[in-house]
Amino acid sequence: MKSLNETVTATPPSGIRRFFDIAAQMDDVISLSVGEPDFVTPWRIREAGIYAIEHGFTAYTSNSGLPKLIQAISEYLHSRYQVYYEKDQILITVGVSEGLDLALRAILNTGDEVIYAEPCYVSYAPGIRFAGGVAVPVHTHGDDGFRIHPKDIEAAVTPKTKALLLCYPNNPTGATQNREDLQRIVDIAVKHDLYIISDEIYDRLTYIGKHTCLSSLNGAADRTILLNGFSKAYAMTGWRVAYACAPKPIAENMLKIHQYTMLCAPHMVQLAALEAILKAGNDVEEMVADYDHRRRLFVRGLNEIGMGCIEPKGAFYAFPSIRHTGLTSEQFASKLLLEERVAVVPGNAFGASGEGYVRCCYATALSQLEEALERMERFMQKIQMERKSTNVSSEALKI
Amino acid sequence: MHDDMTKDREILKLLEQDSRMPAERIAAMVGEDVDNIRNRIREWENAGIIRRYKTVIDWERYGVERVFAFIDVSVTPERGAGFDDIARRIYRYPEVHSVYLVSGGHDLRVVVEGDSMKQVANFVAEKLATIDRVNSTNTHFLLKKYKDDGDLFVETDADHRLMVTP
Repeated sequence: MKSLNETVTATPPSGIRRFFDIAAQMDDVISLSVGEPDFVTPWRIREAGIYAIEHGFTAYTSNSGLPKLIQAISEYLHSRYQVYYEKDQILITVGVSEGLDLALRAILNTGDEVIYAEPCYVSYAPGIRFAGGVAVPVHTHGDDGFRIHPKDIEAAVTPKTKALLLCYPNNPTGATQNREDLQRIVDIAVKHDLYIISDEIYDRLTYIGKHTCLSSLNGAADRTILLNGFSKAYAMTGWRVAYACAPKPIAENMLKIHQYTMLCAPHMVQLAALEAILKAGNDVEEMVADYDHRRRLFVRGLNEIGMGCIEPKGAFYAFPSIRHTGLTSEQFASKLLLEERVAVVPGNAFGASGEGYVRCCYATALSQLEEALERMERFMQKIQMERKSTNVSSEALKI
Repeated sequence: MHDDMTKDREILKLLEQDSRMPAERIAAMVGEDVDNIRNRIREWENAGIIRRYKTVIDWERYGVERVFAFIDVSVTPERGAGFDDIARRIYRYPEVHSVYLVSGGHDLRVVVEGDSMKQVANFVAEKLATIDRVNSTNTHFLLKKYKDDGDLFVETDADHRLMVTP
């Protein structure tokens, strides 16, 4: 047989998926390793989807999406972030994942470099490579709250750099960035004529401060591809519906790929999304308040049991450091799973700079979170004991 | 002031969901000092804002049958006292679960609770309908409780999420 596509073959499967296989075979596991809300989609949205199916909205929509939905998104972004996108700058995609793929393929030529901040969502580097690009990570660190330093970005720029890819609030760290730093990053993009892809899927899940929509910054709008969607804010992960907003030439390119590969997002799903964006604001606020309570409780709990954690200001993840245990992220996660049946995701699944951390999703029932904290406390104590005894025995060996 | 009010409402809503929630947990969840939480709860108890702490029990599941009836009552209000006096005459009966003054075709909506339909029917006929200025009653017996005061009394859906997702 002839060999398969080299880039794809050389790409390892998601570290999260690998971990899933072990966890799925065990009983009584408390899972903090999901990447989605524990709320079911609010009923009004589900009902709108059912209504759409009942009334026969089962055909294709136009490639770019339902005009009503596009109009609603345009108005929503304008009232929320004072950014203005015309109808032909907005494209309804099948999840932000598709939007990201379209954005990368729309702008990259083979060998173009994309700078992105790590740790980050698992699909960034593979997505860049599948589009023929070269993935250039810039590392962020827990010591300063995973702040992205504009100077680090600038240092990574080469003549081949085509775009920056950012995600705030961040998966997996929960970090947000302040407006000033983001403006400096936009300034760098302007200086070096770079595109910016901004994945803002967690924008509504911002607990401290206000979310900055990247397109609203000076000089950003005509070089930024804004990606957002319904999955996280409206608890609609399984519906697969999102949107991309871009300057016209980019939007046209993205639409071409979308029409030749995906055709359109499902009709009834777009109608459910319309209900969400028009009517489900209160549902979002209630869910966000609920995540915020759990966030505070869980982060405090982690710090109390010795899993030091910066305060995550957005998303629904805590990203505690486990360096002092002497274990790698993968060792820690599998030991924790096998010994205490708590599933967390090893930080290195999100890039090399995630090593030394684990991702815990606190979008799970309070009672489960408290039970998980108890189990993890026991685990941390056990690890400390083990470390002490190995230290003692290695001391003894020296003599 | 505004921030305090928001926080107060948050605390009250948490207690409304779970009256047994420990002050420590509330403190962690809203980012407040435990002593502050305890003090505030005590103040609300004293001010009658927190009326009491109760438990939602599915009696049917336990095996005890209880009968509820919703009774629409039309009354002639009294000069000077309006509906308050007659409402008082009704809500003082321990059989009466709740009394609301409502708009629409009737004046009062009364919920009566008893051990059997007969007992409830007797109460309506003997006590409620005979009160002066009660013109008519219209009784609806409760057949099945699906949702009561925000609580579901039917099985809820399981969590369908995978164990690990991106």
